[in-house]
Amino acid sequence: MCTYLTEKIRVDGAAKGASGWFTVTDGMVYIDHPYHACQEHTVNIDITNPAEGPSARVAIELTEEAALALVEAIHKALAAAPPGLAAAARRSA
Amino acid sequence: MTDAMWAGTVAVTGHEGAELEAYAARPLDSAPHGGVVVIHHMPGYDAATKEIVRRFAAHGYAAICPNLYSREGAGVSPDDQAAAARAKGGVPDEQLVGDVAGGAAYLNGLEHANGKIGVIGYCSGGRQTFLAACSLQIDAAVDCYGAFVVNSPPAEFPLAATPLISRAADLSCPLLGLFGADDQFPSPEEVGVLSTELDKLGKDHEFHVFPDAGHGFFSMDRPAYRPAAAVEGWKKVFDFFGRHLAA
Repeated sequence: MCTYLTEKIRVDGAAKGASGWFTVTDGMVYIDHPYHACQEHTVNIDITNPAEGPSARVAIELTEEAALALVEAIHKALAAAPPGLAAAARRSA
Repeated sequence: MTDAMWAGTVAVTGHEGAELEAYAARPLDSAPHGGVVVIHHMPGYDAATKEIVRRFAAHGYAAICPNLYSREGAGVSPDDQAAAARAKGGVPDEQLVGDVAGGAAYLNGLEHANGKIGVIGYCSGGRQTFLAACSLQIDAAVDCYGAFVVNSPPAEFPLAATPLISRAADLSCPLLGLFGADDQFPSPEEVGVLSTELDKLGKDHEFHVFPDAGHGFFSMDRPAYRPAAAVEGWKKVFDFFGRHLAA
C-alpha cells in the first residue's frame, strides 16, 4: 500500500476543472500511486471545492523532481513580484 | 458451450439499502455458474478492474464489481469519486461488508447461478476481501496483497483501516493469498504472521509470495506489473475458484 501523510490545506483562488472554472477552498498533497501518470508513485496534488461536489477538483500527479521544480518556480515568481501583490488582503484593491 | 458473454453496468442494493452502480459480466451459456465479487483497489472503479470482471466471465463465472464509491455521487468520474472517498478516510468496514453482500445477492439471483460465491480483491480490496470472508458466509476468498490485516497502518496513514487478525477465527471459507516478496504493505513477515495464525486456527489457506514482485503486480496498466507473478497468480486464482466454486 501506498501512502503515509496527506497534507491538507485551505486554499483561496480558482481553478479550471472538467466542467469549467470554479472557486477553490481545499488542497491536498500526498505521495501515492497515480491514477494516470506512468510511475509507481507520484506527488499528487488535488485542489478542490468539496461544497460543489467531487467533480470540483483539479488533480495533478508529478514526479518528485517536477514537484520540487514547481515549488521553486512558485517561490521565484513570488520573489520577483512586489511583496503582497497577490495576497488575499489585496482582493479589493 | 459458448464463449459469448454479456457485460455492462447494473444497479445493486448495498449496505443499508443504498443503490450502487456495479459492473457485471457473465457467460451467455446455460451451464451453472459460480459467482465472483471483485473488490476494486483504492484508486477506484476503473477500466482495469472492469477488465478483471470480464476475465472471470470469460472463464465461466458470473462476476460483479460494485462501485464502492457510488455514494460520492452519480455521474461523477471514478477518479474524482476515489479522491472524495479518500479524503473522508476511505470506506467504513461495515459498509464494505454490506456492499459485498449486495453484490453476492445479485449474483445468486441470476438465472444460472450455482449458489457458490467467491470474493477477490486487490490492494485495499485485499484487506476488504479478508474482512468480507470473516463477516459473510462465502465459499472462497482471494486476497491480493491486502495490507493492514495483521499490522496497524502508520499513524499518519489517511485511511481508517484497522487490523483484522483478531477476526480470523470467523473466516468462513478457504483463503488464497497472493503477495509480492518486495512489498512492504503487506511485508512477507506480515504474511507469515497471518499464515501462522490461520494454521493455529485450522483455517484452510494457501499463500504464495512471488519473487521479484511488489505491491500491485497484477496491474497491467502500471509500472508495478510483473508478468511472471501475474501469469502464475491468475493460474492459481482459477485453479482455486475451480475447486471451490464448482456446483
